[in-house]
Amino acid sequence: MSTSFGITAIAAVCVVTLTIGALGFRLSRTTSDFYVASRMVTPTWNASAIGGEYLSAASFLGVAGLVYALGADMLWLPVGYTVGYLVLLLLVAAPLRRSGAYTIPDFAEVRLESVAIRRLCSFLVLGIGWLYLVPQFKAAGLVLHAVSGAPTWVGNLIVVVVVLINVVGGGMRSITLVQAVQYWIKLTAISVPAFILLSWWMQHGQPTPHVPSIPPGEQWSRPLSGFGGVQHPVYATYSTLLALCFGTMGLPHVLVRFYTNPDGPATRRTTSIVLALLGLFYLFPPLYGAFGRIYLPHLPAGTSPDSVTLLLPTAVIPGVLGQLLSAMLAGGAFAALLSTASGLTICVAGVVDQDLVRSRLRRFTGNDARAVNGFRISAIAAVTVPFWLSLAARNLGLADTVVLAFAIASSTFCPLLVLGIWWRRLSTAGAAAGLVVGGTLASTAVLLTIFGLVHGGWAGALLSQPAAWTLPTTFVVMAGVSLATPRRIPRGTARTMVRLHAPEVLSAHLGEQRP
Amino acid sequence: MSGTPNQTPGSQKRVRVTSPRVGPRRGPVRPAATEIDEQTRLGELYITTLIRAQWRLSMSVLASATMMVGGLPLLFLLVPATRTLDIGPIPLPWLILGVLIYPAIWLAGHYYVRQSEQIEREFTELVSRR
Repeated sequence: MSTSFGITAIAAVCVVTLTIGALGFRLSRTTSDFYVASRMVTPTWNASAIGGEYLSAASFLGVAGLVYALGADMLWLPVGYTVGYLVLLLLVAAPLRRSGAYTIPDFAEVRLESVAIRRLCSFLVLGIGWLYLVPQFKAAGLVLHAVSGAPTWVGNLIVVVVVLINVVGGGMRSITLVQAVQYWIKLTAISVPAFILLSWWMQHGQPTPHVPSIPPGEQWSRPLSGFGGVQHPVYATYSTLLALCFGTMGLPHVLVRFYTNPDGPATRRTTSIVLALLGLFYLFPPLYGAFGRIYLPHLPAGTSPDSVTLLLPTAVIPGVLGQLLSAMLAGGAFAALLSTASGLTICVAGVVDQDLVRSRLRRFTGNDARAVNGFRISAIAAVTVPFWLSLAARNLGLADTVVLAFAIASSTFCPLLVLGIWWRRLSTAGAAAGLVVGGTLASTAVLLTIFGLVHGGWAGALLSQPAAWTLPTTFVVMAGVSLATPRRIPRGTARTMVRLHAPEVLSAHLGEQRP
Repeated sequence: MSGTPNQTPGSQKRVRVTSPRVGPRRGPVRPAATEIDEQTRLGELYITTLIRAQWRLSMSVLASATMMVGGLPLLFLLVPATRTLDIGPIPLPWLILGVLIYPAIWLAGHYYVRQSEQIEREFTELVSRR
C-alpha cells in the first residue's frame, strides 16, 4: 500500500473530525449541553450518529476478517449486531427515554431508588467501557502500522489525543454532529471500493472461491460445517446470536445516545432509521471476506485476517486506483474507531464525573469549580487507563476483549432494563443479586477463555460463548430473588411505571412530575 | 368511557328540574389523566392496560423476529440441502444472511413503530376525554 495515500486519508479523517467538533464547541456551554446536546437533534441526524458510533473497527475490519477466516457462520455477526437494535427498539427504547435519565446508573436509581445499585451499575459501565476502549485504541495502532509501518503506540496515542480534544472541548453536541458525519464517511469508504471490486469481478470472469476442505466436511462457504475448527457450531451460532441481540441494549455507550431524542416516539422513529442504516452498511463487509478468499487465498506471513479489507484493493486492481481505494478503506477504518472511542469516552466520563469526581471536586474547591470541569477531568481519566492497558496488554486479542464486553453487558444490564421497564415486582435485592451473579459468571467464563485455561470440547464452547447460559441465569436470579423479597420493591414503583410508559402528550394533564 | 367515574348510586336519587347553574361545573367530571396523576385505583388500571397492550405488541414482533432469525440455523441444520443450494453464483445462506434478512429486520421495526404509536394515540384519546 502506498504510504502517502494512506496517511493522507487518516489525517483527513482526523482533521474533519476536529473541525466539526470545533464548530460545535462554540455552542455548548452548560453541563446539560455536554450530556444530551439539549435534545434538539432530529431523528435522522440522531440515527446517523447512532450508526456512526456503533460501527466500530470490529464492524469495519473485523467482520470481513472473521468471514475470511471462519466462513459462512460468521455472517451471523452483522445480523446479530442489527437485530440487537430491533430488540432494543421493541423492549427498552421509548420507556428508557421517558425515564429522563442520562445513563444506565441514572436509570437504575430512578427505577430502584437505591444508591447502592447505582454504584454497582457505575462500576459495570466503567468496566465495559474500558474493555471496549482497549481494542479501539489497539486497532488504531494496527491500521496506522499497516499503512505506514509506524510503531503501534503512535496510532494509539493519535486516537487518544483526537478523542480527548473533541470530548473535552465540545461535549456531546459536537460529538452528535461528528458521529453523524462519521456514519456517512464510513458508508462511502466501504461501499465505493466494494462496488469497484464487484464490477472488476464481473468483468474478469466471476471466479468463485476455492477453499480446500481440510479436514473433509469443513466447507468455508457452507454454514454449520465447523470450518476453521469451530467446536459445536450450532451451539456457538445460537449463543453468539443471543449475546449480540441482547448485549447491544446493555452496552452503555449505546444507551447514552438515546437521550438526545426529544421524546419517546422520536426515539422509536430514530431506532427504526438506525435499522435501515445498519442493514445498508452490513451489505458490504462480507463481500470483502468473500473477495479475499478469491483474490488473496494466502495472506502474507504474520498478517492478521483483520487486515484483509485493507489489503484487497491493491492486490486486485493494479496501479494508482488500487492504492487510492486501500487508502480510502484505511481512512474509513480510522473513522470507525475514532467515533466508537469518542462515544465510549463520553459515556465513561459521564459516569466517572457523576459518581466519583463531582462530589470530591466540590469538597476540594468549596463549590468554586464549574460542573463542566469535573466532566473534563473525568474524560482524561476515562481514556488514560485503557490507553495504558492497550500498551501493556499486548497479548490480549481484540475480538476476545470485545466478546468480554458483550457478554458482561448482556448478562447484567439487559435483565435489569427489561425487568425494570416491564415488571412491577422487581425488588432492589433481586436487581442487586442478578447484577452480581450475571457479572461474575460472564466475566469468569470469558477470562478463562482469554487466558486459555480451558481447551476444546463442550467446556470450551460453553465458556467461549457464555451468553446462552449466563443471560437466562441472570433473569432467573433477578426474578426469583425479587419474588422472595416483596418488601424490597421500591415504594415509588407505580409512579415510575407511569413515567416510563405514559405518552408525553399527557404531561400537561400529569402535572409537574415529568422533568 | 361515557359515564363519569365518580358517579355513585347516591347521586342519582334527586332529579333537578331547575335551569343549570352558571359558573364552575358542579360535581367532579374528571379526565382519566387526573386519575393517573393522582394514582387512584382507576388510574392504575388505565396505565396497566397501556403497559399490557405495549408488552403484547413487543412480544408478538419479538416472537416473529425470533422465528425468522432463530429459525434459520435450525433450517440449515435440519434441511442440509439448504446449505449447499446455489442461486446463480451465490450460495443460498449467503443470499439470505448477507442481503435478504436486512429489509425484513427493518420492516419488523417499522411495523412495531407504527403499531406502538397507534396504541399511544388511542390511549391518549381515551384518558383525555371529558
